[in-house]
Amino acid sequence: MRPAESLRETYGKKLVEIGQRKKDVVVLDADLSSSTKTSEFGKVFPDRFFNMGISEQSMVTAAAGLALAGKQAFVSTFAVFLMRTYEQIRQSVCYNNIDVKFVVTHAGITVGEDGATHQIVEDVGIMSGLPNMKVIVPADSIETASVIDYLVEKTKTPYYVRLTREKFPVVNDDSYKFKEGQNTVLRDGSDLAIFCNGSMVGFSLQAAEELKKQAIDAAVVNVSSIKPLDRNGIISYAKKTGHVVTAEEHSIYNGLGSRVSEVLSEEYPVPVVRVGMRDTFGKSGKSWELFDYFHMGIKDIVSAGIKSFREVNKYETIS
Amino acid sequence: MEKSMPDKDFKGMDRETLEKIAKKARSLIIKMVYSAKSGHPGGSLSIIDVLTYLYFNEMNVDPSDQNLSSRDRLIMSKGHASPALYSILALRGYFPSELLMDFRKINSKLEGHVHRGVPGVETSTGSLGQGLGIGVGMALAAKIDKNPYRVYVVLGDGEIEEGNVWESLMAGSKYGLSNLVAILDKNGVQLDGFTRDIMPMGNVAEKVKSFGWEVREFNGHDFDDIKSAFDFARSVTNRPVFLIANTVKGKGVSYMENNYKYHGSPPANDEEYENALREIEGI
Repeated sequence: MRPAESLRETYGKKLVEIGQRKKDVVVLDADLSSSTKTSEFGKVFPDRFFNMGISEQSMVTAAAGLALAGKQAFVSTFAVFLMRTYEQIRQSVCYNNIDVKFVVTHAGITVGEDGATHQIVEDVGIMSGLPNMKVIVPADSIETASVIDYLVEKTKTPYYVRLTREKFPVVNDDSYKFKEGQNTVLRDGSDLAIFCNGSMVGFSLQAAEELKKQAIDAAVVNVSSIKPLDRNGIISYAKKTGHVVTAEEHSIYNGLGSRVSEVLSEEYPVPVVRVGMRDTFGKSGKSWELFDYFHMGIKDIVSAGIKSFREVNKYETIS
Repeated sequence: MEKSMPDKDFKGMDRETLEKIAKKARSLIIKMVYSAKSGHPGGSLSIIDVLTYLYFNEMNVDPSDQNLSSRDRLIMSKGHASPALYSILALRGYFPSELLMDFRKINSKLEGHVHRGVPGVETSTGSLGQGLGIGVGMALAAKIDKNPYRVYVVLGDGEIEEGNVWESLMAGSKYGLSNLVAILDKNGVQLDGFTRDIMPMGNVAEKVKSFGWEVREFNGHDFDDIKSAFDFARSVTNRPVFLIANTVKGKGVSYMENNYKYHGSPPANDEEYENALREIEGI
């Protein structure tokens, strides 16, 4: 696999690049710019960069004002801290349906040692519930760069892009282009479909290798576009395989697992085994230890795959 | 400062003309909330003189070219005072006054709280405390673009209990936004009672001054005093200005004045309705 780059490093570089060609792009941060990497933009374009201090409500409402005055506003902080402005996002951004992009970092449990206060696993659910908001969870640096290009070139409405802190292996080809509302099949398979996103895509690909040793042919499908969701892409793989696992670095409630289950229960009911955080806060530890601790590691995806595959076959045998 | 949009028809209005317009607006406010059988008359009547002045004698706006990038912007942060803003926009020619009677009804754009779908409205508001931040963003955009427009934000005195307001005061001061004017409708009453009982604020002028803003108090029902306050605001060139309008909740309808029950309730019956109109119109 290629040497990995953290998604926020990609974001920081990308902002500088788009700042050169898009004069209407402005960037706001809340005293975390050296961590979110928006500081890179601030160094090159100090007149279009606003460090609002540790005042997220001020940051989000100012971004709304900038967007109402014709700017495209990128807003960044840690995912967990943006959530305290849920209502500003709802009223001032989503209800106005304006060009504010929330690109947040340090989402999920891979913040590691910082512990539960910083490990948000509810954000995808919170943001997905907002009318006019679209939600994207990129899997690697190639996808992150492509998503940012897409937002700048093609969109003028609110988006939530969820990035994490750690470096993740590159899973997409250089030629990859993000398409809103479209899954990416990274590995085809006929026995089982693993729908995953973010950090769990790399894990899922490794889990698929393990499952192969157990004679289970697993497809790995990257569902980076949580909203809008590629319903047909989910249904077609459920039909093809009849066995489904979801894997996300997020709560299984109101995240990818819930979305996939909603679609399948309406359109093509098959048992779904969800891998992700349960109804719990995170804890301090090395991020890779935490995946095992919360039963979200490679071996847990493998067990979920076996469970899904065997359980469904069991029902078929009985009937 | 360079005037981007001379608007001769509406500049230099005399006090009597402004009073006449405000009277018409007050009447419309009562008719709107009574027709809707709901809404917020108290805080609409307290701010209507200031709004009248802004739209008829201060702001560079043109109802026939609403998207002109150099227009002045007004944000009604206390979005429940929608009857005040909507009635002034109608009187200023943004849309026909007849539409006001559809306020809060199912097929109308005149949402209960200020809605951006209404001609002349810059942003939707309703959840308190967010408008000053939006004003900061608009004022920052004006500075980036070297566009001479000015941004006016109307706040309620209950509203400034929200932390977002104080965060945005810090930001306005940091960026020296001399193109930003906040107006506090200090009527002393909020939904549950008097502001001094619900959440005592102490000396607001001193607090805001200490945040780095220029502050001036004035009588929000006296057009000469209103004029001098906004003239003063224009003379400040290095920082944002916070104008404190001393007003009376429910001003113009005696039984509504200083009565928190009419913060969010229309006249209770035909008799109250007719009394209100009679007092306003001085019949």
